[in-house]
Amino acid sequence: MEIFGVPLQAMMSQLLLGLVNGSFYAMLSLGLAVIFGLLNVINFAHGALYMMGAFFAWMGVNYFGASYWLMLVVAPLLVGAFGIVIERTMLRWLYQVDQVYGLLLTFGLTLLLEGIFRSFYGVSGQPFDTPALLQGSTDLGFMILPNYRAWVVAASLVVCFATWFVIEKTKLGAYLRAGTENPRLVEAFGVNVPLMVTLTYGFGVALAGFAGVLAAPIIQVSPLMGANLIIVVFAVVVIGGMGSIMGSILTGLGLGVVEGLTRVYYPAGSATVVFVLMIVVLLLRPAGLFGKER
Amino acid sequence: MNKNMGYAIALALALAAPFFGYPVFLMKLLCFALFACSFNLLIGYTGLLSFGHAAFFGLAGYVAGNVLKARGMTFELGLLAGIAVGAVAGLVMGLVAIRRQGIYFAMITLALAQLVYFGALRLSGYTGGEDGLQGVPRGTLLGLVNLGNDTTLYYVVLAVAVAGYALIVRTVHSPFGQVLKAIKENEPRAISLGYDVDRYKLLALVLSAALSGLAGAMNTAVQGFETLTDVHWTMSGLVILMTLVGGMGTLSGPMLGAVLIIALENQLGDFGNFMAAHTGIEWFSTLGESVGMVTGLIFMACVLLFRRGIIGEIVARQAEKAARKPA
Repeated sequence: MEIFGVPLQAMMSQLLLGLVNGSFYAMLSLGLAVIFGLLNVINFAHGALYMMGAFFAWMGVNYFGASYWLMLVVAPLLVGAFGIVIERTMLRWLYQVDQVYGLLLTFGLTLLLEGIFRSFYGVSGQPFDTPALLQGSTDLGFMILPNYRAWVVAASLVVCFATWFVIEKTKLGAYLRAGTENPRLVEAFGVNVPLMVTLTYGFGVALAGFAGVLAAPIIQVSPLMGANLIIVVFAVVVIGGMGSIMGSILTGLGLGVVEGLTRVYYPAGSATVVFVLMIVVLLLRPAGLFGKER
Repeated sequence: MNKNMGYAIALALALAAPFFGYPVFLMKLLCFALFACSFNLLIGYTGLLSFGHAAFFGLAGYVAGNVLKARGMTFELGLLAGIAVGAVAGLVMGLVAIRRQGIYFAMITLALAQLVYFGALRLSGYTGGEDGLQGVPRGTLLGLVNLGNDTTLYYVVLAVAVAGYALIVRTVHSPFGQVLKAIKENEPRAISLGYDVDRYKLLALVLSAALSGLAGAMNTAVQGFETLTDVHWTMSGLVILMTLVGGMGTLSGPMLGAVLIIALENQLGDFGNFMAAHTGIEWFSTLGESVGMVTGLIFMACVLLFRRGIIGEIVARQAEKAARKPA
């Protein structure tokens, strides 16, 4: 069977690859949106922290003989803890000044982190084995489904929707949303806003770390893996607008799929299609698909 | 020390420099000083943070390289081509990016510059792809003066850089520059006073991009090559750092910042080897390759402790002193 001259098999595998990439876009742009909502900081270091998550997992497996599953929990916690230190010691001094300084600080942090990992591991990728449980693939009849990729999509969907549920449907989330709207008022009600801000940043970057661990077996673990991704994620954020949690998730997934389709029909454009879409969206709907102009 | 004296000393130093330093390195300093000053026109005087200035610098470099190499045209035509390309790229980028405010502007310019980077990577027939454009001749000035001599070229480059700088100073002090400043300080008020704010921002971006293009084109002619490094996002970051170190919104700060950062980049390897030899710690010798790490640290230190930059700090201290003195 063919769709517009492309065999169904090839089509499906590219779509799946697109969905996998989309999952990473969704998790990263979700983290960026949550952090921006409360801290008013665009976290440039998100890509570097994603890289850090992957490296922590690689180190745990290679130096300490830990399992993939253990590192899937531990690495994001470590990245989150690192984020909390960054927020407590540096970012919090910048809340009173122009937003651009938060961006510039995290940009510097990105260069620093990438430089440190580069000086130890060079630029070549470190191989990371797919966990035994998820090796191989399943024949679905119309396509061969690699088990690990299916797991990545499933796991990130669960995490994204869990995050959406917590923020939109629970009391904790209500505090968070209120803090985004008016932190002073929330503080007046006796909520510890500075603590909430710290934990939010920790959570947002832990999400990036989690995405990094998920990505490790698919792409080789390298110090540069986050740098190019973060720029695409920025474009995703501009397209979706940072106003809504669900918007970030859907935009991320959708753009991943679009990218996958582009790889089928016009391979040369797959690296740039997100940027081109960003231009189109900016011309037609400057606030972004789900955004509100502030 | 008054301002004119400062300029006179700086100019005297610049005129004497080729007798003491390596002219090609000095010319690189001048190109980056002009690049940083034109970037500062946007961030320091209009309040727009562009994360995509490498696109203007690099794109102009490629076009100038091709004009000089493939077409064998003269030096000044190469520079003019660079200015034109920078201006057009600035206009296109501006028409898209001006639609969003503040932090979004930074993200959009970054993404658009990445598009230019991918373009440069792919159009390897024009740009040389991964290898870059090698063996770019310097050409002649107006077809009359041979620029093969380093010292001759240095004075030409110095003249162009000074002219570019003078244009920036003139712009900042012009009524147009004052409107830009007003937009930076209080955009809603500027709008309510009837200024077409987007128009002014766009014009500032085009001017800044054109001058960045001039710097990029000149840099290619001086170095004799152009590579992907110049269109990469790290270059956009580097020019931000230069401006930040010297002082955003000060006229001379970015020049100082550019000199310091480029010198640092150049000397870091030697410094690392020196430290490795004297402390016995092998790790220091890798310092030359980890320029990014050091620039990252400087970035963070500047943002946290030193937001006014070197010149900005000096100006602020002097203002404080003047305020304390009884009239």
